[in-house]
Amino acid sequence: MIPSLPRPAWARAATAAYVVMFVAFLFLPLIIVAVFAFNDAPYPAPPWRGFTLDWFLGNAAKGRIGLFADTDLLASIGTSCIVASWVTLLSVGLGLVNAFLLERGRFPGKHVLSVLMLAPLVIPGVILGISILAFASRMADFADDHFGWDTDFLRPGLPLVVLGQFSFIATIATLTISARLRRFDTTLEEAALNLGASRAAVLRTILLPYLRPALLGSAAISFLMSFEDFNTTLMLVGADSPLTVMMYGRMREGATPVLNSVSLFLMLASAALALSLLRRRPASH
Amino acid sequence: MNDDAARSQGATPWQARLTLGLLLAPALLWLGALIVLPHVELAILSLRKMLGPHRYAFSLAQYATFFTEPLYWHVFLRTAIMSAAATLLTLLLAFPIAWVIAKIARGRASSLLFILCLIPFWVSETVRTLGWMILLRQSGVLPALLVKLGVTAEPVELLYHDATIMVGLIYGSLLFMLIPLISSLESLDNALIEAAYDLGAGGFAILRTIVIPHAAPGITAGCIVVFMLTLGNYLTPTLLGGKNSQWFTEQIYTQFITRFNWEQGAAFGFLLLGLSTAMVIVGLKLTGQRFGDVMRRT
Repeated sequence: MIPSLPRPAWARAATAAYVVMFVAFLFLPLIIVAVFAFNDAPYPAPPWRGFTLDWFLGNAAKGRIGLFADTDLLASIGTSCIVASWVTLLSVGLGLVNAFLLERGRFPGKHVLSVLMLAPLVIPGVILGISILAFASRMADFADDHFGWDTDFLRPGLPLVVLGQFSFIATIATLTISARLRRFDTTLEEAALNLGASRAAVLRTILLPYLRPALLGSAAISFLMSFEDFNTTLMLVGADSPLTVMMYGRMREGATPVLNSVSLFLMLASAALALSLLRRRPASH
Repeated sequence: MNDDAARSQGATPWQARLTLGLLLAPALLWLGALIVLPHVELAILSLRKMLGPHRYAFSLAQYATFFTEPLYWHVFLRTAIMSAAATLLTLLLAFPIAWVIAKIARGRASSLLFILCLIPFWVSETVRTLGWMILLRQSGVLPALLVKLGVTAEPVELLYHDATIMVGLIYGSLLFMLIPLISSLESLDNALIEAAYDLGAGGFAILRTIVIPHAAPGITAGCIVVFMLTLGNYLTPTLLGGKNSQWFTEQIYTQFITRFNWEQGAAFGFLLLGLSTAMVIVGLKLTGQRFGDVMRRT
């Protein structure tokens, strides 16, 4: 069972075989997606017909629209980046404020508030999406009926997608930043205050530099979660589709390998992000 | 002097109150406008019936429809049972790997294996599902391989079965089970296992009387998270199950977006939320844990 106890050879072999199979199972779909981005065929299916870069570089003249000529797909990547940037900015900002509120603030009802902050993680994304859709729509109707205001941003579209994703990603940023602030040695802060530093100076020169890893880490996670979110986004999306919704639509129709090439790009981007995070914070499980 | 004293204690009372107010406002705005009020709105929607244009009355009709229309509660039950099965299978598949990472592999090997398990989950669910579709559809890789190996004469359709949905759901859940399992197994003292072994306990007895009781909080946390995510999944069942998927989130989408029947969709939403919340509460009660601790652990 554990290395300090005798283990028969067959048990060792079985364990090793299981680990290999498990890892293979995890990577199989990803490898398949990557490989078929280069297959010289109109559909991502066997048999292998030779190597091609058409699904990256192809254009209408070649009869195959590659990733760099697929304006819809490129536009949806742009849309996803804009949404993810807003969600990241809002989530990290709120996470920082919440961290100080939870770790430093003393007020009645704090426990209830801190539990309520966790709620977005246990509400299914689809339900977050429809509830925000319904509430925003009521607000828009109200503004229209009573004041004659035109409030397009409360109708399905990118602003609502940003709000929907922010509603639960903010919880993750809050947890990450609070956890770091909790481990802060407050004597440092007291020393600075005793030496005559203002509260603003303490925040700028001591607390924010200390929180930097948590801020960067939660920014990376927020961006990635926003970029990859599907459930909440699907309910709130308007005319402009982010990448996940665009890909979903095409996958239902049976798409060309251009989806494989965009997927390969996503894999490389998230691998780069993951490696940069793991390098700064080695093996913290 | 006065100024210094005030500073060393933090701030004057009204300053402290202002600071607290400024810190509290964003949180209240976030939870109020994006979580609490939208769910109140959803509750109101689910409890009303349209009498005419802009005329509504209180009614339980939406919930009654759910119970009288077999299709709806069949799909609901099916979603719940398949999610529970997927959770259990995920636990069984993930446990040995968590054990290897926490107890058998050491140092670099353990970190490496953990990172290998982590990497696929950095990639979007859409991409992973695309991989499964290319692997399993009739013109896909696995059916072609089966023909080549002589197992089947014709390529078989491996997509659009319940088993396909299960594979996709389990695949997407493994990491969320692994993380709490690993952290609860790492805190288990090896000396306990050695002592049990020296006293003559077999592998199964050790597992049942020492390992599982110790890992219970991690097992519960993992199961809660996986069940919740599976229940609320939309992408995997609809793409891998196709028209046969019959997943409850799909019903919600159909009512809300396709049919524009928000009242019915809201009622379905609340039923799903109720099931999901009930499982969380039961899971926590079973092991006597607090909600906050479990969420922080995962």
